[in-house]
Amino acid sequence: MHDKSVEILLVEDNPNDEMLAMHAFKKHNLANKVHVVRDGAEALEFIFCTGVYAERLCENPRMILLDKKLPLVDGLEVLRQIRANPRTSMVPVVMLTAAAEDRDIIESYQLRVNSYIVKPVDFEQFSETVRQLGYYWMLINRQPTAVS
Amino acid sequence: MNDKSVEILLVEDNPNDEMLALHAFKKHNLANKVHVVRDGAEALEFVFCTGAYAERHFENPRVILLDKKLPLVDGMEVLRQIREDPRTRLIPVVMLTSSAEDRDIIESYQLGVNSYIVKPVDFEQFSETARQLGYYWLLVNQQPSEVR
Repeated sequence: MHDKSVEILLVEDNPNDEMLAMHAFKKHNLANKVHVVRDGAEALEFIFCTGVYAERLCENPRMILLDKKLPLVDGLEVLRQIRANPRTSMVPVVMLTAAAEDRDIIESYQLRVNSYIVKPVDFEQFSETVRQLGYYWMLINRQPTAVS
Repeated sequence: MNDKSVEILLVEDNPNDEMLALHAFKKHNLANKVHVVRDGAEALEFVFCTGAYAERHFENPRVILLDKKLPLVDGMEVLRQIREDPRTRLIPVVMLTSSAEDRDIIESYQLGVNSYIVKPVDFEQFSETARQLGYYWLLVNQQPSEVR
């Protein structure tokens, strides 16, 4: 994992949701460069190349899919730290969460999330959502070359 | 126009690009709730319900597609004012521009744009991009209900 470039960082603690997301990525040929971390602390170590990821070639993922409820460090705190660091402040971050509560949505946008997505319960819809968001952020959206 | 709700606000001064975008939206059944303004001053009047739009029912569009180079008020300044006002700062704004310069991309993200898209020159590609971004921001992305 340390040698190949990661295009999508999936931060997801629910094994079921991880499996569904990976299944959808595979189906749409996007699974190749996905790296999964399972709590907020590991997400921060990966992103900032510290702890178990200290040896990683420190390259930003093309996009981060972030669950809100996470063990150890909450998704909103992970987002805050990503936005506070000039090296990572422009990485596209999409909240992918089960909660459709306005409070969470507003706080995410205030912390400058790029997009907020409520996980569809139905698998076919979930798969279609993963396809759309993968294509949108990987193929259509543009990032500055200097930071990626 | 003042009576129906606008889902996509397209800010575009180039008649050719406007035609292409509307054609693509029509083709994909997204043209229904698009409103077009042709300079940055009109965009601000629409967004903040002033001037020619003083009578408009104050409702935020679901997404704003913003060209960078605009007459009267530049796209970056329009974005800055949208992000400064508590009523409008959570509206998803997508830069849709011909500039692929890092400087413009970086400045847009620093001002809090949600996504940055370089207009494809080829018509078919432009049409496909318009379809994907329309679907993404209208159907996949979630906004807080109270800011609408």
